[in-house]
Amino acid sequence: MENITNTIQTIPLNEYILLSAIIFSIGVVGVLIRRNAIVIFMSVELMLNAVNLLLTAFSVYHGDASGQVFVFFIMALAAAEVAVGLAIIVMVYRNTNSIDINVLNRLKW
Amino acid sequence: MNIFYFIAFLSVFFAILVITAKNPVHSILYLILTFFTFTIHYILLNAQFLAIVNFIVYLGAILVLFLYTLMLMNLNKESEPVKANFIKIAAVIGGGCFLVTIVASIKALGASPAVILKDPSLGLVKNLGKVLFNEYLLPFEVSSVLLLSAMVGAVLLATKDPKTV
Repeated sequence: MENITNTIQTIPLNEYILLSAIIFSIGVVGVLIRRNAIVIFMSVELMLNAVNLLLTAFSVYHGDASGQVFVFFIMALAAAEVAVGLAIIVMVYRNTNSIDINVLNRLKW
Repeated sequence: MNIFYFIAFLSVFFAILVITAKNPVHSILYLILTFFTFTIHYILLNAQFLAIVNFIVYLGAILVLFLYTLMLMNLNKESEPVKANFIKIAAVIGGGCFLVTIVASIKALGASPAVILKDPSLGLVKNLGKVLFNEYLLPFEVSSVLLLSAMVGAVLLATKDPKTV
């Protein structure tokens, strides 16, 4: 375990911010370019995980355990969100026989 | 070469594959690989508790739930809806602008010192458990109510309405 964690000692904090920003942007693009509701949902999960990684990096950087506890709560919240979100998608599929989000544009009225 | 850059490259590579794969099942499989690289990132940061929780909760529960939901729906490549090309280009430009803004603001911050493990036992279960059950006891209890309400909501939404059938 010692030599694994020693490799990380040379990484600047900026590299973690950069990595998380890239993954978050990929999630944003994924929400915008796809029409499949499940893939959009997966892109949201990607964004959530990018933030989790950044919180952990900040927590380790500052030597404060609170950041990792926040990540734990975010994971519990993500599990609840996925359960409700997938139930809604299943209900939409049952009513419209499709998970194309363009079918849902009648919701805007 | 540092192992961090290799894992970071894999994360970005699989994340791009998630949003570009035509088949939704392939998207989920790539998402599993992406989350696995995140687990390796947590191990590199010596956040061992989060690495295990990420592995069990995300890979074991959430993504399996995604796969089951996808299997319940009869989807395949032919039924996959595709957006118009100009919308895709506009979306990529929009996401790129977002990324450029963040990267520019990071560059403005200047060089940052390296991530040094000040306390090697920070991410271990023993240490996190003490913090969780002392300072964050009330949020921990409230999150159980959240999970209960999510469970009730999911069952309520997913069961068929007996009047309409």
